Amino acid sequence: MNVMTRTALEEGVLPTLTALLVALVAGDLLILSYGQAPGEVWRLMLSGTWGNAYGIGQVLYKATTLVFTGLSVAIGLRAGLFNIGAESQLAAGGFCAGALGLLLPAGITPWLAIPMCLLAAMIGGALVGFIPGVLRARFGAHEVIATIMLNFIVLAFLNWAISATGLAVKETLHTPAVASSAIPRLAAYVPMFHGSAANGTILVALLTVVIVAWLLFRSRFGFELRAVGLQPLAAESAGIRVPRIWITAMVLGGAVAGLGGANFVLGYKNYFEDGFSGGAGFLGIAVALVGRNNPFGVLLAALFFATLSQGGLAIHALVPKQMVEVLEGIVILAVAVSVPEVRRLLRARPVKTVVAAPVQA
Amino acid sequence: MKTTLLLLLQTLRIAIPYLFAASGGVLAERAGIVSLTLEGFMLSGAFCATLGSFYFDSPWVGVLFGLLGGAAFGALHAVATIRFKADQIVSAVAINLMVVGLTRFFLRLAFDSSSNSPRVAGFGSDGNAGMLATFENPLIWLGIVVMPALAWVISRTRFGLRVRAVGEKPEAATTLGVSVNRIRYGAVIASGALAALGGCYLALDQHQFTDQMTAGRGFIALAAVIFGRWTPVRAGIACLLFAFAEAIQIQVQGAGVLPSQFVSMIPYVLTLVALAGVVGRAVPPAALGRAEG
Repeated sequence: MNVMTRTALEEGVLPTLTALLVALVAGDLLILSYGQAPGEVWRLMLSGTWGNAYGIGQVLYKATTLVFTGLSVAIGLRAGLFNIGAESQLAAGGFCAGALGLLLPAGITPWLAIPMCLLAAMIGGALVGFIPGVLRARFGAHEVIATIMLNFIVLAFLNWAISATGLAVKETLHTPAVASSAIPRLAAYVPMFHGSAANGTILVALLTVVIVAWLLFRSRFGFELRAVGLQPLAAESAGIRVPRIWITAMVLGGAVAGLGGANFVLGYKNYFEDGFSGGAGFLGIAVALVGRNNPFGVLLAALFFATLSQGGLAIHALVPKQMVEVLEGIVILAVAVSVPEVRRLLRARPVKTVVAAPVQA
Repeated sequence: MKTTLLLLLQTLRIAIPYLFAASGGVLAERAGIVSLTLEGFMLSGAFCATLGSFYFDSPWVGVLFGLLGGAAFGALHAVATIRFKADQIVSAVAINLMVVGLTRFFLRLAFDSSSNSPRVAGFGSDGNAGMLATFENPLIWLGIVVMPALAWVISRTRFGLRVRAVGEKPEAATTLGVSVNRIRYGAVIASGALAALGGCYLALDQHQFTDQMTAGRGFIALAAVIFGRWTPVRAGIACLLFAFAEAIQIQVQGAGVLPSQFVSMIPYVLTLVALAGVVGRAVPPAALGRAEG
């Protein structure tokens, strides 16, 4: 292995390892402060997640949503845009999928209903992504602020749409369940997953990972997108229409996050429920960051954060499950801190070069 | 007459936490550090204030604890973004998440509850005891003067001049022998403490801490900072404006004039409009988000 690729690998892996180590120590301290034995709690976390089929199913279910939101954030970051709006894009996608399911005639075949609802989810998310994209491209409005503001606007709007318009079942904040657009649970094919929420959306997620990877690294559009993300001025002078890329990246990111709504709405409950996104959009930022904006890295990071969140439930008898929220924050901060630090340290390392011995005169 | 007075008082009560948090936001952003952390700073202030007041049975100790809590998270954000050059937005997201988790974890540890603390000593008599009871809370008075005071600091003092220089043109500040990092550390730590006062006000006004009691107020304060174009006086007016909209919504509740969800959107929609430059463009400090120097 030559020096270049070794440095690149170290820059990629070392920050994550550092972050995990920091989180482990911080977790130990939190556990000790609660008067429990760290070893026992960590063991319980592992056995409650990867130790049985139900736990694995739940981790896979939670990871599925995170893959979509993580990809959404990663697409934006590759284009140099920080999409904080995955939360509302996810919610809007779920809403559109659920609403279309209600509108479709009852006897429609799932082969038609499911793709149409998936498309609706993408459109819902894409619309929410489009607004900050345009605000950035046309008016120079910073997308971080725009997406944050839009989160509040869209979530309030959905809350109104579900509570004030008679869409919801009486006394609840969710729509009636729709059977025709239901994506089957994994338990229907693999009985050992019985009871877990894991469902066919996971296949959509895997497919999306591959498509996004191809789009980013093998297509002309992806090349332009990454060029804009690395150096917008250089990209512009190379003839790339930067504003168009910004809008497309936000729309695409929104569509991917919106598709994630299918996991809950089509795959788990079969109805839209107010507040179902529950922070998965914000956690997408962590997933993209730890996955280093690489689609396959996002997949691994989604599994990691899903394990943490399911693991929180497993340890709740010993230590409050909120411990994992602290750990999530610590992992994000530690990665954010160690990425530039590791790069600085690696680049400052003296390069060992072989100097030819001076020729004796 | 009475309803008008009630409306204005309600506006003031709602505006106080915004004013504290937005003043912290103006200070940090003028020094070039993004203030997405206001929500976390406020929540940490609210929780620490409750802890202090609970263990020492004094709201003033609560305020002290709250200030320290906010300053501590301000310091964490400052070290991460200035010393280690972490992305400011990522650091802010992490800190907000961490504070929610930590307050919930220690809520269980200290009070064995997942939702709220027991009643602690606070300011003023009970909740809505009467209009004038509002003014028994000394933090109200502090909240009223915080923005004018900040305006004076930023435009009239040496520290304020340096904050502006560091946020607009750090290279020039360095040339003149100003330590960019030291000014930024000061601004961000002070911003944490200021925003935390907003949380102290909430907790000590309600005499208890409840889970996620800041409920997005830190982001409304950030909206006010941007809508007020990063100047203390305008940001303060934006806080009052947003609070006024909420107060009206509470007054006309049930009248069916406008659904409450749409009223809650007002600050965010106005901020988007301001960002898009429909009425005079909002231009951020030139070095905002760049942590070099």
